[in-house]
Amino acid sequence: MSARTVLSSDDIDRAVTRIAHEILEANTALQKSGAKNLVLLGIPTRGVLLAERIAKVIARAEPDVKPEDLLGRLDITMYRDDLASNPTRPVTQTLIPSQGIDDKVVVLVDDVLFSGRTIRAALDALNDFGRPRAVKLAVLVDRGHRELPIRADFVGKNLPTSREERINVQLNETDDQNAVVIE
Amino acid sequence: MTKHLLSAGDLSREQAIEILDIAEGMSNVNDREIKKLPTLRGKTVVNLFFEDSTRTRISFEVAEKRLSADVINFSAKGSSVSKGESLKDTAQTLEAIGADAVVIRHSASGAANVLAHSNWIQGSIINAGDGTHEHPTQALLDAFTMRKRIHGAQSPGKALDGVKVAIVGDILHSRVARSNQLLLSTLGAEVHFVAPPTLLPQNASGFKAALHYNLDEMLATEKPDVVMMLRLQAERMNASYFPTEREYARIWGFNAGRLGALKDSAIVMHPGPMNRGLEIDAVTADSPRSTVLEQVTNGVSIRMAVLYSLLSGERSADV
Repeated sequence: MSARTVLSSDDIDRAVTRIAHEILEANTALQKSGAKNLVLLGIPTRGVLLAERIAKVIARAEPDVKPEDLLGRLDITMYRDDLASNPTRPVTQTLIPSQGIDDKVVVLVDDVLFSGRTIRAALDALNDFGRPRAVKLAVLVDRGHRELPIRADFVGKNLPTSREERINVQLNETDDQNAVVIE
Repeated sequence: MTKHLLSAGDLSREQAIEILDIAEGMSNVNDREIKKLPTLRGKTVVNLFFEDSTRTRISFEVAEKRLSADVINFSAKGSSVSKGESLKDTAQTLEAIGADAVVIRHSASGAANVLAHSNWIQGSIINAGDGTHEHPTQALLDAFTMRKRIHGAQSPGKALDGVKVAIVGDILHSRVARSNQLLLSTLGAEVHFVAPPTLLPQNASGFKAALHYNLDEMLATEKPDVVMMLRLQAERMNASYFPTEREYARIWGFNAGRLGALKDSAIVMHPGPMNRGLEIDAVTADSPRSTVLEQVTNGVSIRMAVLYSLLSGERSADV
Protein backbone atom coordinates (compact mmCIF):
# COMPACT_ATOMS: atom_id res chain seq x y z
CA MET A 1 0.00 0.00 0.00
CA SER A 2 1.22 3.50 -0.71
CA ALA A 3 2.48 5.54 2.22
CA ARG A 4 2.21 9.31 2.39
CA THR A 5 3.97 11.52 4.91
CA VAL A 6 1.54 14.03 6.39
CA LEU A 7 3.70 15.53 9.14
CA SER A 8 7.46 15.98 8.77
CA SER A 9 9.94 16.07 11.62
CA ASP A 10 9.73 19.88 11.74
CA ASP A 11 5.94 19.79 11.68
CA ILE A 12 5.95 17.46 14.68
CA ASP A 13 8.36 19.74 16.58
CA ARG A 14 6.21 22.76 15.86
CA ALA A 15 3.04 20.94 16.91
CA VAL A 16 4.63 19.76 20.17
CA THR A 17 5.89 23.29 20.94
CA ARG A 18 2.49 24.79 20.23
CA ILE A 19 0.66 22.17 22.35
CA ALA A 20 3.07 22.84 25.23
CA HIS A 21 2.39 26.58 25.11
CA GLU A 22 -1.36 26.01 24.81
CA ILE A 23 -1.23 23.78 27.89
CA LEU A 24 0.63 26.50 29.81
CA GLU A 25 -1.81 29.14 28.64
CA ALA A 26 -4.87 27.08 29.57
CA ASN A 27 -3.37 26.23 32.95
CA THR A 28 -2.61 29.87 33.65
CA ALA A 29 -6.22 30.76 32.90
CA LEU A 30 -7.40 27.96 35.18
CA GLN A 31 -5.14 28.38 38.20
CA LYS A 32 -3.16 31.59 37.60
CA SER A 33 0.15 29.82 37.26
CA GLY A 34 1.81 28.23 34.24
CA ALA A 35 3.02 24.86 35.34
CA LYS A 36 1.68 24.79 38.89
CA ASN A 37 -0.34 21.71 39.81
CA LEU A 38 0.19 20.37 36.31
CA VAL A 39 0.71 16.68 35.55
CA LEU A 40 1.41 15.21 32.12
CA LEU A 41 0.54 11.54 31.79
CA GLY A 42 1.69 9.82 28.60
CA ILE A 43 -0.14 6.77 27.34
CA PRO A 44 2.34 4.07 26.22
CA THR A 45 4.09 3.76 23.93
CA ARG A 46 4.36 6.96 21.92
CA GLY A 47 2.21 9.10 24.18
CA VAL A 48 4.95 8.76 26.81
CA LEU A 49 7.56 10.08 24.37
CA LEU A 50 5.33 12.96 23.33
CA ALA A 51 4.67 13.83 26.98
CA GLU A 52 8.43 13.95 27.56
CA ARG A 53 8.88 16.32 24.61
CA ILE A 54 6.06 18.55 25.81
CA ALA A 55 7.54 18.63 29.33
CA LYS A 56 10.90 19.72 27.92
CA VAL A 57 9.29 22.65 26.11
CA ILE A 58 7.40 23.62 29.26
CA ALA A 59 10.62 23.47 31.29
CA ARG A 60 12.28 25.78 28.75
CA ALA A 61 9.46 28.31 29.10
CA GLU A 62 9.23 28.06 32.90
CA PRO A 63 12.81 27.82 34.21
CA ASP A 64 11.86 26.77 37.76
CA VAL A 65 10.02 23.68 36.49
CA LYS A 66 11.77 20.32 36.23
CA PRO A 67 10.33 18.00 33.56
CA GLU A 68 10.46 14.94 35.86
CA ASP A 69 8.13 16.63 38.37
CA LEU A 70 5.41 16.89 35.74
CA LEU A 71 5.84 13.60 33.97
CA GLY A 72 4.17 10.26 34.43
CA ARG A 73 2.95 7.38 32.36
CA LEU A 74 -0.39 5.63 32.51
CA ASP A 75 -0.69 2.08 31.25
CA ILE A 76 -4.31 1.46 30.37
CA THR A 77 -4.06 -2.14 29.12
CA MET A 78 -5.92 -3.61 32.07
CA TYR A 79 -8.78 -1.14 31.63
CA ARG A 80 -9.46 -1.79 27.95
CA ASP A 81 -12.94 -2.90 26.90
CA ASP A 82 -11.64 -5.21 24.17
CA LEU A 83 -9.40 -7.48 26.25
CA ALA A 84 -11.55 -10.53 25.60
CA SER A 85 -11.54 -10.18 21.83
CA ASN A 86 -7.88 -9.36 21.16
CA PRO A 87 -4.61 -11.18 21.71
CA THR A 88 -3.16 -10.72 25.18
CA ARG A 89 -1.34 -7.43 25.39
CA PRO A 90 1.78 -6.86 27.41
CA VAL A 91 1.37 -4.67 30.47
CA THR A 92 3.87 -1.89 31.08
CA GLN A 93 4.59 0.22 34.10
CA THR A 94 2.44 3.03 35.34
CA LEU A 95 4.31 5.89 36.99
CA ILE A 96 2.58 8.76 38.72
CA PRO A 97 4.77 11.79 39.59
CA SER A 98 5.52 12.16 43.29
CA GLN A 99 3.09 15.08 43.66
CA GLY A 100 0.21 12.69 42.91
CA ILE A 101 -2.85 13.64 40.88
CA ASP A 102 -5.29 14.73 43.59
CA ASP A 103 -6.51 18.26 42.81
CA LYS A 104 -4.03 18.56 39.94
CA VAL A 105 -4.75 19.39 36.33
CA VAL A 106 -3.94 16.17 34.50
CA VAL A 107 -3.17 16.29 30.79
CA LEU A 108 -3.38 12.90 29.10
CA VAL A 109 -1.02 12.68 26.13
CA ASP A 110 -1.43 10.21 23.26
CA ASP A 111 -0.23 10.05 19.68
CA VAL A 112 -3.47 9.38 17.76
CA LEU A 113 -7.06 9.97 18.80
CA PHE A 114 -9.34 7.56 16.95
CA SER A 115 -12.34 5.76 18.49
CA GLY A 116 -11.81 7.36 21.92
CA ARG A 117 -11.81 3.98 23.65
CA THR A 118 -8.22 4.28 24.83
CA ILE A 119 -9.06 7.59 26.47
CA ARG A 120 -12.15 6.11 28.12
CA ALA A 121 -9.91 3.39 29.57
CA ALA A 122 -7.44 6.07 30.69
CA LEU A 123 -10.22 7.97 32.49
CA ASP A 124 -11.18 4.76 34.29
CA ALA A 125 -7.57 4.15 35.23
CA LEU A 126 -7.21 7.70 36.58
CA ASN A 127 -10.13 7.05 38.90
CA ASP A 128 -8.06 4.44 40.70
CA PHE A 129 -5.21 6.86 41.36
CA GLY A 130 -7.06 9.83 42.73
CA ARG A 131 -9.33 12.73 41.92
CA PRO A 132 -7.80 15.28 39.59
CA ARG A 133 -9.15 18.84 39.54
CA ALA A 134 -9.53 18.57 35.78
CA VAL A 135 -8.51 16.14 33.06
CA LYS A 136 -7.46 17.40 29.65
CA LEU A 137 -6.40 15.59 26.51
CA ALA A 138 -3.52 16.37 24.16
CA VAL A 139 -2.97 14.38 20.95
CA LEU A 140 -0.60 14.75 18.05
CA VAL A 141 -3.15 13.59 15.48
CA ASP A 142 -6.94 13.56 15.63
CA ARG A 143 -8.15 11.28 12.85
CA GLY A 144 -11.89 11.34 13.58
CA HIS A 145 -14.26 8.32 13.72
CA ARG A 146 -15.07 8.74 17.39
CA GLU A 147 -17.20 6.02 18.98
CA LEU A 148 -17.55 7.79 22.34
CA PRO A 149 -18.32 11.37 23.37
CA ILE A 150 -14.66 12.32 23.81
CA ARG A 151 -12.83 15.34 22.40
CA ALA A 152 -9.23 16.53 22.56
CA ASP A 153 -8.35 19.88 24.16
CA PHE A 154 -4.98 20.23 22.41
CA VAL A 155 -4.53 18.84 18.91
CA GLY A 156 -1.37 18.81 16.81
CA LYS A 157 -3.19 18.22 13.55
CA ASN A 158 -6.68 17.24 12.50
CA LEU A 159 -6.43 14.57 9.82
CA PRO A 160 -9.67 13.47 8.21
CA THR A 161 -9.14 9.82 7.28
CA SER A 162 -11.09 6.84 6.08
CA ARG A 163 -11.46 3.92 8.46
CA GLU A 164 -9.33 1.69 6.23
CA GLU A 165 -6.31 3.96 6.41
CA ARG A 166 -3.62 3.48 9.02
CA ILE A 167 -1.93 6.38 10.76
CA ASN A 168 1.61 5.58 11.72
CA VAL A 169 3.32 7.95 14.15
CA GLN A 170 7.09 7.50 14.15
CA LEU A 171 9.27 9.20 16.75
CA ASN A 172 13.03 8.90 16.63
CA GLU A 173 13.23 7.66 20.24
CA THR A 174 11.77 4.33 19.07
CA ASP A 175 11.70 4.52 15.25
CA ASP A 176 14.30 5.52 12.68
CA GLN A 177 12.64 8.83 11.85
CA ASN A 178 10.27 11.55 13.06
CA ALA A 179 7.17 11.53 10.89
CA VAL A 180 3.47 10.89 10.73
CA VAL A 181 2.71 8.58 7.82
CA ILE A 182 -0.66 7.62 6.41
CA GLU A 183 -1.02 4.21 4.75
CA MET B 1 -0.01 -17.99 25.91
CA THR B 2 -1.61 -21.41 26.12
CA LYS B 3 -4.93 -22.16 27.75
CA HIS B 4 -3.67 -23.92 30.87
CA LEU B 5 -0.72 -23.63 33.23
CA LEU B 6 0.08 -27.18 34.24
CA SER B 7 3.85 -27.36 34.28
CA ALA B 8 6.65 -24.84 34.54
CA GLY B 9 8.26 -26.80 31.70
CA ASP B 10 5.49 -25.77 29.29
CA LEU B 11 6.67 -22.17 29.30
CA SER B 12 9.12 -20.97 26.69
CA ARG B 13 11.78 -18.48 27.70
CA GLU B 14 9.82 -15.66 26.02
CA GLN B 15 6.55 -16.65 27.70
CA ALA B 16 8.22 -16.90 31.10
CA ILE B 17 9.84 -13.47 30.76
CA GLU B 18 6.52 -12.04 29.57
CA ILE B 19 4.73 -13.33 32.68
CA LEU B 20 7.47 -11.91 34.92
CA ASP B 21 7.19 -8.54 33.14
CA ILE B 22 3.41 -8.48 33.48
CA ALA B 23 3.86 -9.31 37.16
CA GLU B 24 6.11 -6.27 37.42
CA GLY B 25 3.18 -4.12 36.28
CA MET B 26 0.86 -5.94 38.67
CA SER B 27 3.18 -5.29 41.60
CA ASN B 28 2.71 -1.56 40.99
CA VAL B 29 -1.03 -2.09 41.36
CA ASN B 30 -0.42 -3.82 44.68
CA ASP B 31 1.39 -0.72 45.94
CA ARG B 32 -1.54 1.55 45.13
CA GLU B 33 -4.20 2.80 47.43
CA ILE B 34 -6.94 1.28 45.27
CA LYS B 35 -5.67 -2.20 44.57
CA LYS B 36 -8.20 -3.20 41.98
CA LEU B 37 -8.31 -3.62 38.22
CA PRO B 38 -11.45 -4.27 36.17
CA THR B 39 -9.65 -6.75 33.90
CA LEU B 40 -11.45 -10.01 34.71
CA ARG B 41 -14.88 -8.57 35.43
CA GLY B 42 -17.56 -11.17 34.83
CA LYS B 43 -15.17 -14.12 34.85
CA THR B 44 -15.67 -16.85 37.43
CA VAL B 45 -12.64 -18.50 38.98
CA VAL B 46 -12.93 -21.54 41.23
CA ASN B 47 -10.22 -22.35 43.75
CA LEU B 48 -10.41 -26.10 44.07
CA PHE B 49 -8.29 -27.12 47.05
CA PHE B 50 -8.18 -30.81 47.93
CA GLU B 51 -5.09 -30.28 50.03
CA ASP B 52 -4.42 -27.81 52.84
CA SER B 53 -2.81 -24.53 51.94
CA THR B 54 -2.46 -21.08 53.48
CA ARG B 55 -0.22 -19.06 51.23
CA THR B 56 -1.20 -20.38 47.82
CA ARG B 57 -4.93 -20.27 48.42
CA ILE B 58 -4.96 -16.80 49.94
CA SER B 59 -2.57 -15.56 47.29
CA PHE B 60 -4.73 -16.84 44.44
CA GLU B 61 -7.85 -15.46 46.09
CA VAL B 62 -6.34 -12.00 46.52
CA ALA B 63 -5.02 -12.06 42.94
CA GLU B 64 -8.44 -13.00 41.57
CA LYS B 65 -10.20 -10.35 43.61
CA ARG B 66 -7.75 -7.62 42.61
CA LEU B 67 -8.55 -8.43 38.99
CA SER B 68 -12.31 -8.23 39.74
CA ALA B 69 -13.05 -11.89 39.00
CA ASP B 70 -15.86 -13.66 40.84
CA VAL B 71 -14.21 -16.09 43.22
CA ILE B 72 -15.56 -19.39 44.48
CA ASN B 73 -13.55 -21.17 47.14
CA PHE B 74 -13.84 -24.87 47.39
CA SER B 75 -12.03 -27.00 49.91
CA ALA B 76 -12.46 -30.73 50.11
CA LYS B 77 -13.27 -30.51 53.79
CA GLY B 78 -16.94 -29.61 54.18
CA SER B 79 -17.84 -30.42 50.56
CA SER B 80 -19.40 -33.46 48.91
CA VAL B 81 -15.90 -34.84 48.40
CA SER B 82 -16.11 -36.03 52.00
CA LYS B 83 -19.27 -37.90 50.99
CA GLY B 84 -17.23 -39.69 48.33
CA GLU B 85 -17.80 -37.54 45.24
CA SER B 86 -15.18 -38.17 42.56
CA LEU B 87 -12.93 -35.57 40.92
CA LYS B 88 -14.89 -36.10 37.71
CA ASP B 89 -18.26 -35.32 39.26
CA THR B 90 -16.82 -32.34 41.12
CA ALA B 91 -15.32 -31.02 37.88
CA GLN B 92 -18.54 -31.48 35.95
CA THR B 93 -20.44 -29.65 38.66
CA LEU B 94 -18.06 -26.71 38.27
CA GLU B 95 -18.53 -26.85 34.51
CA ALA B 96 -22.31 -26.76 34.93
CA ILE B 97 -21.94 -23.70 37.16
CA GLY B 98 -19.88 -22.01 34.44
CA ALA B 99 -16.33 -21.64 35.74
CA ASP B 100 -13.94 -19.79 33.42
CA ALA B 101 -10.90 -21.03 35.26
CA VAL B 102 -10.12 -23.61 37.92
CA VAL B 103 -7.17 -23.34 40.24
CA ILE B 104 -6.49 -26.82 41.54
CA ARG B 105 -4.38 -28.15 44.40
CA HIS B 106 -4.49 -31.91 44.82
CA SER B 107 -2.45 -34.53 46.64
CA ALA B 108 -2.32 -36.74 43.53
CA SER B 109 0.43 -35.98 41.02
CA GLY B 110 -1.14 -35.27 37.65
CA ALA B 111 -4.55 -34.18 38.96
CA ALA B 112 -4.36 -30.84 37.11
CA ASN B 113 -3.35 -32.62 33.93
CA VAL B 114 -6.34 -34.97 34.15
CA LEU B 115 -8.68 -32.02 34.62
CA ALA B 116 -7.17 -30.19 31.64
CA HIS B 117 -7.33 -33.09 29.18
CA SER B 118 -10.45 -34.96 30.21
CA ASN B 119 -13.08 -32.73 28.59
CA TRP B 120 -14.94 -32.65 31.91
CA ILE B 121 -14.40 -28.96 32.02
CA GLN B 122 -13.83 -26.29 29.35
CA GLY B 123 -12.20 -23.53 31.36
CA SER B 124 -8.51 -22.84 31.95
CA ILE B 125 -6.79 -25.05 34.51
CA ILE B 126 -4.06 -23.64 36.73
CA ASN B 127 -1.97 -26.11 38.66
CA ALA B 128 -1.53 -24.87 42.22
CA GLY B 129 0.41 -27.95 43.30
CA ASP B 130 -0.24 -31.58 42.42
CA GLY B 131 1.23 -34.17 44.78
CA THR B 132 5.00 -34.32 44.44
CA HIS B 133 4.88 -33.27 40.80
CA GLU B 134 4.72 -29.53 40.08
CA HIS B 135 3.86 -26.11 41.44
CA PRO B 136 4.47 -23.75 38.51
CA THR B 137 3.23 -20.48 40.05
CA GLN B 138 5.64 -21.01 42.96
CA ALA B 139 8.52 -21.39 40.49
CA LEU B 140 7.43 -18.20 38.72
CA LEU B 141 7.26 -16.20 41.92
CA ASP B 142 10.65 -17.56 42.99
CA ALA B 143 12.16 -16.52 39.66
CA PHE B 144 10.47 -13.11 40.00
CA THR B 145 11.88 -12.67 43.51
CA MET B 146 15.41 -13.58 42.36
CA ARG B 147 15.19 -11.27 39.37
CA LYS B 148 14.00 -8.39 41.54
CA ARG B 149 16.78 -8.91 44.10
CA ILE B 150 19.45 -9.19 41.40
CA HIS B 151 18.36 -6.60 38.83
CA GLY B 152 16.19 -4.25 40.91
CA ALA B 153 14.43 -1.61 38.83
CA GLN B 154 16.15 -2.88 35.68
CA SER B 155 14.31 -6.21 35.93
CA PRO B 156 11.80 -5.95 33.05
CA GLY B 157 12.88 -7.97 30.02
CA LYS B 158 15.69 -9.72 31.90
CA ALA B 159 16.17 -13.46 32.43
CA LEU B 160 18.33 -15.21 35.04
CA ASP B 161 21.32 -16.11 32.90
CA GLY B 162 24.29 -17.34 34.89
CA VAL B 163 22.57 -17.15 38.29
CA LYS B 164 23.61 -20.06 40.51
CA VAL B 165 20.74 -21.50 42.52
CA ALA B 166 21.18 -24.17 45.18
CA ILE B 167 17.99 -26.01 46.14
CA VAL B 168 18.51 -27.81 49.44
CA GLY B 169 16.65 -30.49 51.33
CA ASP B 170 13.66 -32.71 50.65
CA ILE B 171 13.91 -32.84 46.85
CA LEU B 172 12.16 -36.21 46.73
CA HIS B 173 8.78 -34.88 47.87
CA SER B 174 9.14 -31.36 46.53
CA ARG B 175 7.00 -30.11 43.67
CA VAL B 176 8.61 -26.72 44.24
CA ALA B 177 12.04 -28.15 43.38
CA ARG B 178 10.71 -29.87 40.25
CA SER B 179 8.99 -26.78 38.90
CA ASN B 180 11.92 -24.56 39.82
CA GLN B 181 14.57 -26.62 38.01
CA LEU B 182 12.42 -26.55 34.85
CA LEU B 183 11.70 -22.84 34.91
CA LEU B 184 15.10 -21.69 36.17
CA SER B 185 16.95 -23.67 33.51
CA THR B 186 14.60 -22.22 30.86
CA LEU B 187 15.59 -18.78 32.14
CA GLY B 188 19.29 -19.61 31.92
CA ALA B 189 20.06 -20.14 35.61
CA GLU B 190 22.28 -22.94 36.85
CA VAL B 191 20.47 -25.24 39.30
CA HIS B 192 22.16 -27.37 41.98
CA PHE B 193 20.25 -29.89 44.08
CA VAL B 194 21.73 -30.61 47.49
CA ALA B 195 20.20 -33.39 49.56
CA PRO B 196 20.90 -36.58 51.43
CA PRO B 197 20.71 -39.51 48.96
CA THR B 198 17.55 -40.75 50.68
CA LEU B 199 15.74 -37.51 49.83
CA LEU B 200 16.64 -37.55 46.14
CA PRO B 201 14.62 -39.61 43.67
CA GLN B 202 16.23 -42.94 42.78
CA ASN B 203 16.65 -41.82 39.20
CA ALA B 204 17.53 -38.14 39.13
CA SER B 205 19.04 -38.20 35.64
CA GLY B 206 16.07 -36.34 34.14
CA PHE B 207 16.63 -33.29 36.32
CA LYS B 208 18.15 -30.20 34.78
CA ALA B 209 20.28 -29.81 37.86
CA ALA B 210 23.65 -30.86 39.24
CA LEU B 211 23.49 -33.13 42.29
CA HIS B 212 25.44 -32.67 45.52
CA TYR B 213 25.44 -34.66 48.74
CA ASN B 214 27.27 -32.27 51.05
CA LEU B 215 25.87 -28.85 51.84
CA ASP B 216 29.00 -27.16 53.23
CA GLU B 217 31.17 -28.46 50.44
CA MET B 218 28.70 -27.25 47.82
CA LEU B 219 28.46 -23.77 49.43
CA ALA B 220 32.26 -23.52 49.45
CA THR B 221 32.92 -24.73 45.90
CA GLU B 222 29.92 -23.38 43.99
CA LYS B 223 29.33 -20.09 45.88
CA PRO B 224 25.63 -19.90 44.94
CA ASP B 225 23.80 -16.60 44.41
CA VAL B 226 20.58 -18.06 45.75
CA VAL B 227 19.99 -20.76 48.35
CA MET B 228 16.48 -22.17 48.40
CA MET B 229 15.66 -24.26 51.46
CA LEU B 230 12.84 -26.78 51.06
CA ARG B 231 10.38 -27.81 53.71
CA LEU B 232 10.80 -31.28 55.07
CA GLN B 233 7.44 -32.76 54.08
CA ALA B 234 6.78 -35.03 57.02
CA GLU B 235 3.18 -35.61 55.89
CA ARG B 236 4.41 -37.37 52.76
CA MET B 237 7.06 -39.45 54.49
CA ASN B 238 6.04 -43.05 54.92
CA ALA B 239 9.49 -44.37 55.77
CA SER B 240 12.44 -43.05 57.71
CA TYR B 241 14.61 -40.95 55.44
CA PHE B 242 17.07 -39.69 58.06
CA PRO B 243 17.97 -40.78 61.59
CA THR B 244 16.77 -37.86 63.71
CA GLU B 245 15.49 -34.34 63.23
CA ARG B 246 18.36 -32.96 65.29
CA GLU B 247 20.87 -34.61 63.00
CA TYR B 248 19.05 -33.34 59.93
CA ALA B 249 19.01 -29.79 61.29
CA ARG B 250 22.76 -29.98 62.01
CA ILE B 251 23.83 -31.40 58.63
CA TRP B 252 21.20 -29.96 56.29
CA GLY B 253 19.62 -27.05 58.08
CA PHE B 254 20.51 -23.47 57.21
CA ASN B 255 21.86 -21.64 60.23
CA ALA B 256 23.74 -18.49 61.14
CA GLY B 257 27.10 -20.17 60.48
CA ARG B 258 26.19 -21.17 56.96
CA LEU B 259 24.62 -17.75 56.37
CA GLY B 260 28.00 -16.20 57.18
CA ALA B 261 29.69 -18.49 54.66
CA LEU B 262 27.59 -17.15 51.77
CA LYS B 263 28.81 -14.33 49.58
CA ASP B 264 27.46 -10.91 50.52
CA SER B 265 24.93 -10.61 47.72
CA ALA B 266 23.48 -14.08 48.17
CA ILE B 267 19.87 -14.53 49.30
CA VAL B 268 18.08 -17.32 51.16
CA MET B 269 14.64 -18.38 49.98
CA HIS B 270 12.00 -20.69 51.41
CA PRO B 271 8.64 -21.47 49.80
CA GLY B 272 6.97 -21.75 53.21
CA PRO B 273 5.59 -22.96 55.50
CA MET B 274 8.89 -23.08 57.38
CA ASN B 275 9.85 -25.68 59.95
CA ARG B 276 11.83 -23.25 62.07
CA GLY B 277 14.78 -24.95 63.72
CA LEU B 278 14.67 -27.83 61.28
CA GLU B 279 15.62 -26.88 57.70
CA ILE B 280 16.07 -23.19 58.54
CA ASP B 281 16.89 -21.49 61.84
CA ALA B 282 15.32 -18.30 63.14
CA VAL B 283 18.43 -16.16 62.58
CA THR B 284 18.41 -17.00 58.87
CA ALA B 285 14.65 -16.85 58.46
CA ASP B 286 14.46 -13.36 59.98
CA SER B 287 17.63 -11.95 58.43
CA PRO B 288 17.44 -9.26 55.72
CA ARG B 289 18.87 -11.81 53.28
CA SER B 290 15.84 -14.03 53.67
CA THR B 291 13.16 -13.38 51.03
CA VAL B 292 10.39 -15.44 52.61
CA LEU B 293 7.91 -12.59 52.96
CA GLU B 294 8.91 -11.01 49.64
CA GLN B 295 8.07 -14.33 48.03
CA VAL B 296 4.58 -14.15 49.49
CA THR B 297 4.09 -10.56 48.31
CA ASN B 298 5.40 -11.38 44.84
CA GLY B 299 3.14 -14.44 44.72
CA VAL B 300 0.10 -12.19 44.41
CA SER B 301 1.61 -10.26 41.48
CA ILE B 302 2.67 -13.46 39.70
CA ARG B 303 -0.75 -15.04 40.11
CA MET B 304 -2.41 -11.89 38.80
CA ALA B 305 -0.08 -12.04 35.79
CA VAL B 306 -0.88 -15.72 35.17
CA LEU B 307 -4.63 -15.18 35.48
CA TYR B 308 -4.44 -12.19 33.15
CA SER B 309 -2.37 -14.09 30.59
CA LEU B 310 -4.65 -17.12 30.60
CA LEU B 311 -8.04 -15.46 30.85
CA SER B 312 -7.86 -12.38 28.71
CA GLY B 313 -7.37 -12.37 25.01
CA GLU B 314 -8.20 -14.73 22.21
CA ARG B 315 -6.58 -18.10 22.08
CA SER B 316 -5.69 -20.08 19.02
CA ALA B 317 -8.15 -22.92 18.62
CA ASP B 318 -5.61 -25.74 18.88
CA VAL B 319 -4.88 -25.50 22.59
